[in-house]
Amino acid sequence: MTNVIDLDAVRAGDRIALARCISQVEDQTQAGRQALSALFPFTGQAHLIGITGSPGTGKSTLTAQLAREFRQPPAGDIPQRVGILAIDPTSPFSGGAVLGDRVRMRDLAGDEGVFIRSMASRGALGGLSAATAAAASVLDAAGFGIILIETVGAGQDDVEIVRLAHTTIVVEAPDMGDDVQAIKAGILEIADILVLNKADLPGVARAERALRSALELADSNRPFNQGGGHHRAPLEHEPVFKTGWRVPLIKSIATSGQGTSEIHRAVLAHHQFLMDQKKWDAKNAERLTSELERSLREELYRTWQRTVDPHTYRQMLKQILARRVSPQQAAIDLLKQPKSSK
Amino acid sequence: MAGQKIRVLMSKPGLDGHDRGIKVITRALRDAGMEVIYTGLRYTPEMIVEAAAQEDVDMIGLSILSGAHMSLVPRVMELLKSAGMDKVKVFVGGIIPEEDIPALLQTGVTAVYGPGTSTQVVVQDVEVAVGKAAL
Repeated sequence: MTNVIDLDAVRAGDRIALARCISQVEDQTQAGRQALSALFPFTGQAHLIGITGSPGTGKSTLTAQLAREFRQPPAGDIPQRVGILAIDPTSPFSGGAVLGDRVRMRDLAGDEGVFIRSMASRGALGGLSAATAAAASVLDAAGFGIILIETVGAGQDDVEIVRLAHTTIVVEAPDMGDDVQAIKAGILEIADILVLNKADLPGVARAERALRSALELADSNRPFNQGGGHHRAPLEHEPVFKTGWRVPLIKSIATSGQGTSEIHRAVLAHHQFLMDQKKWDAKNAERLTSELERSLREELYRTWQRTVDPHTYRQMLKQILARRVSPQQAAIDLLKQPKSSK
Repeated sequence: MAGQKIRVLMSKPGLDGHDRGIKVITRALRDAGMEVIYTGLRYTPEMIVEAAAQEDVDMIGLSILSGAHMSLVPRVMELLKSAGMDKVKVFVGGIIPEEDIPALLQTGVTAVYGPGTSTQVVVQDVEVAVGKAAL
């Protein structure tokens, strides 16, 4: 295995160089870190679009359809190169993973302007893998103007994507739960675009009503409320990038392509909205800040791990197992330990 | 910590729709700690090699029960070579007549598995072929 990454080839969009670069980045090797640093100045061009929702709602099919919309836009628009990152869960028991999103993306094969990479979550929570943001940066630097990120089908807490993507599409399907599910915190809150897929299945009218009323409920809590009814005080903690945008609810049948051009238009409208409202930069700043914080946490942990005395660590573990010291207290004590004198 | 996970692409070239075997092997490789990209049915050799390139896999597993192995397998091997992906290993499983096996091995595939093969054998062979341990 050679660890040398040809950065010029990556930037020129060479598929093998690009694929190897993503592997190094994903494995967090020295070469991967160096490549990321060298590529970083060339990032910041791409529109990152997250596609999330429960398992079985049709995320992969919809992702493929959306990619096609960007590849074959209405007359007058320039086709964009599309990178796809599809994340599937790693088994917590074996560490292995079955990455099956390509099954639904078969029709994109043969298109030079599309690059699909399957990623295992590798133990990360929240629907992405630890290296998803980094892999997106590599695709960004390689000139992919659109990056579609399909999360693990997790559900109510699958919200990491909102930190990474400029636009988040939440995919629902009929009969996935009652209307109380729809107003719980989490997945619906993060939607910039809400899609009710599988609109040919029974129960679609009920699902649509539930989602629409959940959206209205959310809207009435916002200062720019355009509807009638009660006028409430604006919420103070409303994320800045959300305010002013009315979340559209779009019905689709991804297997036949119905509704996908409407989703495409909504994505373009959201992009325009972020630009007009100067929220694009705010969104980027938010994302890079959280990336910096995460990197700091990882780096601090790695640094600490190198210095901790394994014997002290084992002793502490024994204390915990004997229920004499709580894990929380042990962490504080371990951080206070003098560096091992080797 | 650099993971260096074994990545395997499992695909069915050609037109047969019998995917029980490939799913059993996919699952066995997963349980051995590998990351397995499963493409599903009806992939052409071109699509398989392109997917293998994008996914940067160590190995490709082809499942063929249609009898078209003598045209599909050599084509995959050829395309890998011309793409400069000689390092990617290939194994074949399915209904392959005994007399075709030497010719398939000649094209460079590491192994040909028939019905009744133990999944453990496949797992170990993959680890040996790519020179990494799973997990």
